[in-house]
Amino acid sequence: MPLSVQETEVKNPPVSRPPLDPHLKALENEAIHIFREVAAEFEKPVMLYSIGKDSSVLLHLARKAFHPGRVPFPLLHVDTTWKFREMIEFRDEIAAKYDLDLVVHTNTRGAEEGITPFSHGSALYTDIMKTEALRQALDAGGYDAAFGGARRDEEASRAKERIYSFRTPDHKWDPRNQRPELWNIYNGMIKKGESVRAFPLSNWTEVDIWRYIQAEDIPLVPLYYAAERPYVERDGMMILAEDPRLKLLPGETVQRGMIRFRTLGCFPLTGAIRSTASNLDEVIAELEIATVSERQGRAIDRDQSGSMEKKKREGYF
Amino acid sequence: MTAPAQTASATILPFAEPVKAARDTRPLRLITCGSVDDGKSTLIGRLLWDTKAVKEDQAATLARDSGKQNDLGLPDFALLLDGLQAEREQGITIDVAYRYFSTDRRSFIVADTPGHEQYTRNMATGASTADLAILLTDARSGILEQTRRHATIAALMGIRQFVLAVNKFDLVNYDKAIFEKISHEFREFALSLGVRQITAIPMSALKGENVVYSADSAIPWYDGPTLVETLELATVRTAQAGGFRLPVQRVARPGESFRGYQGTVAGGSIKPGDPVVVLPSGVVANVKQIVTFDLVRNAAVAGDAITLVLDRQVDVARGDVIVSLDGQPMTGLHFDAQLVSLQPGGIEPGRRYWLKSGSRRQRVTVEPISQLELSTGKWRPHASTLAMNAIGKVRLSFEEQAVFDAYEQNRSTGAFILIDPDTLNTVAGGMITAKRAELGGIHTEGQRVLMSLPADLAEQIMASELFANRRDETEIRRLTAKQAVELFSNAASDI
Ligand SMILES: Nc1nc2c(ncn2[C@@H]2O[C@H](COP(=O)(O)OP(=O)(O)OP(=O)(O)O)[C@@H](O)[C@H]2O)c(=O)[nH]1
Ligand SMILES: [Mg+2]
Repeated sequence: MPLSVQETEVKNPPVSRPPLDPHLKALENEAIHIFREVAAEFEKPVMLYSIGKDSSVLLHLARKAFHPGRVPFPLLHVDTTWKFREMIEFRDEIAAKYDLDLVVHTNTRGAEEGITPFSHGSALYTDIMKTEALRQALDAGGYDAAFGGARRDEEASRAKERIYSFRTPDHKWDPRNQRPELWNIYNGMIKKGESVRAFPLSNWTEVDIWRYIQAEDIPLVPLYYAAERPYVERDGMMILAEDPRLKLLPGETVQRGMIRFRTLGCFPLTGAIRSTASNLDEVIAELEIATVSERQGRAIDRDQSGSMEKKKREGYF
Repeated sequence: MTAPAQTASATILPFAEPVKAARDTRPLRLITCGSVDDGKSTLIGRLLWDTKAVKEDQAATLARDSGKQNDLGLPDFALLLDGLQAEREQGITIDVAYRYFSTDRRSFIVADTPGHEQYTRNMATGASTADLAILLTDARSGILEQTRRHATIAALMGIRQFVLAVNKFDLVNYDKAIFEKISHEFREFALSLGVRQITAIPMSALKGENVVYSADSAIPWYDGPTLVETLELATVRTAQAGGFRLPVQRVARPGESFRGYQGTVAGGSIKPGDPVVVLPSGVVANVKQIVTFDLVRNAAVAGDAITLVLDRQVDVARGDVIVSLDGQPMTGLHFDAQLVSLQPGGIEPGRRYWLKSGSRRQRVTVEPISQLELSTGKWRPHASTLAMNAIGKVRLSFEEQAVFDAYEQNRSTGAFILIDPDTLNTVAGGMITAKRAELGGIHTEGQRVLMSLPADLAEQIMASELFANRRDETEIRRLTAKQAVELFSNAASDI
């Protein structure tokens, strides 16, 4: 069906929001530029969609970049089958609401061999259900560019990564030999089999993400906001206790309290924080005085020093 | 090995600091540069530390990784930046790290670049987008060739604000004479690069003296600003002056009736009704609408990512540039440029590269003309390969019309990268200085002399200042002795 500007405006009615402050506006412009450049230069881009707050911002920016057209590439969700229930519900709602092509991939080998975060430890589990699964999905789709929501402020090896991050045919990242990346001129030339991970949010900080979510009224999985929820304390983390696959160990009890999540991943590996911040204003206020980083709640980053770099070299996002 | 995790009650504790007011300015983009081991990463680490940008869990990791630490019992702040395993093993920076921090006054994006000569390309990566450069020197060794190289690249890339950090001042007994000698030498040098805005600060990155906190007791005679005070007052590069520029990234055609040109405004401003020209074709049209997601806008300025709708059907493709009717950029087949050679193979004369500028990619050949000699600051005639890390003046020749502004006028439409056609790697970053008169146009009149010389003699003549100055009036072909004989016998018979 032909789509005119007017028709599109009906689908996305202009809302009267105060204009973005210049800082967020500059970040938004940069991200939109990257989206358009990748979409124009690569044959088969895909957007990694992890359902979290960064992915939600990424998706919002993609919709802005290609307006009044549709988002011209599919969204890929690597489903480990251990995500929070509310994440999956949210994902399906969003895909329907915004008319998106959603591709969901699960590593069937992992599922068949019964690899779970409980039985195999976070390192092996992540390797198979996330890293290997992602490689499978990218190969299967023949994608030559994949957008990700990673930010340089997240972790020391991410701080080193280019906006166009080059990958060999077996998805390896060589941090010692990255292409120079000058101005905002991106080199999108690759050989067959090679690919690029593109990071439109590279220069955003966690506070920027939240302030943008607020300014643009972007919907999020409710787990980011504090509510009274059941949880179990394990290895110094508060794990959400709602999935029947979580078996209590001797001495453990299900407790209830006001908690929320700063990042979302697989529920057994993602720790909650105690918080009463039940809306955006409160989350931002809490964040601006936070004394620990957001990744503090993630089991996989704490496994060993330099662990993120190692995972990235092997093809983790 | 799992580090002892923090307790389950990872409650976020209020910090003894007021909540920062929403920022209302664009962040200042800066780089650290200078020779290897002068303390760049330590300085930024210290800056993050003293502006409370390091969180508790990151501080714990730092304490763990710092190992036996240094004589002063301080953490190794450079580890906050040197995040790659290879960097930690070798104790050097290999690639740029980008960091974000803010004070009550403004926010900053800092790129910590490597000092090692081998990784100059990564320094150039950081410099290309920066508003200000902090150039470090070790107070014990002063200005080195690598210091000059970095200062030169920063200046070429348009950085006009420098902070000279005379670092490791604790190791020279805070000697005022040393500070004055180094800052004097640097000022002279910077002036030769056209940089006038220089703040020299005696500093100890490691001890945090004159970084965020002033060093009154250690350096009582210094009454200038600290580093952070200087950064807070620095200016962000203003929007590009001159006419409207929109390099077209995509043509959006979501339906029959809609055709929009998507891109980021690279200069000037635009509003509906304004007349524009599409380059290189030269077709003229008027702006009908500026479309964005939120609402149809009545103006767009440099930096805005927009979709432009024109009032008539014209042929516009990715790579074209839509510009204002007044104040158009230069179009042509030959341009002068300065470039930094970034990869081991260097930039070879006569080889066909890909050039990318804005959203346009086209074939180009590069002819080196001169090379900057860092020790003297002089441009020396140089027609052969520009080796890795060399800074050269070159002439670019295109097969199809190219569209540029001078880099001085517009940092977007005056910049380009070169891509090697075989490796597809980025091999140079360049800045347009001027358009060349088309060869032939100015040479159809007057007398010309064709000489056939031994190659070594020709090299010597071409290496002369006199020749280099009039290089653009000459044409040179390299031939075998046999070909030359043939050419001359043919020419003789024609006369
Ligand atoms: N005494 C003293 N030592 C310092 C100071 N600043 C840095 N250092 C030491 O100098 C060494 C090199 O510091 P780095 O910060 O890694 O140097 P760099 O300039 O980042 O080095 P590259 O990035 O590899 O070029 C480290 O051992 C630091 O502890 C200072 O102000 N005083
Ligand atoms: Mg360093």
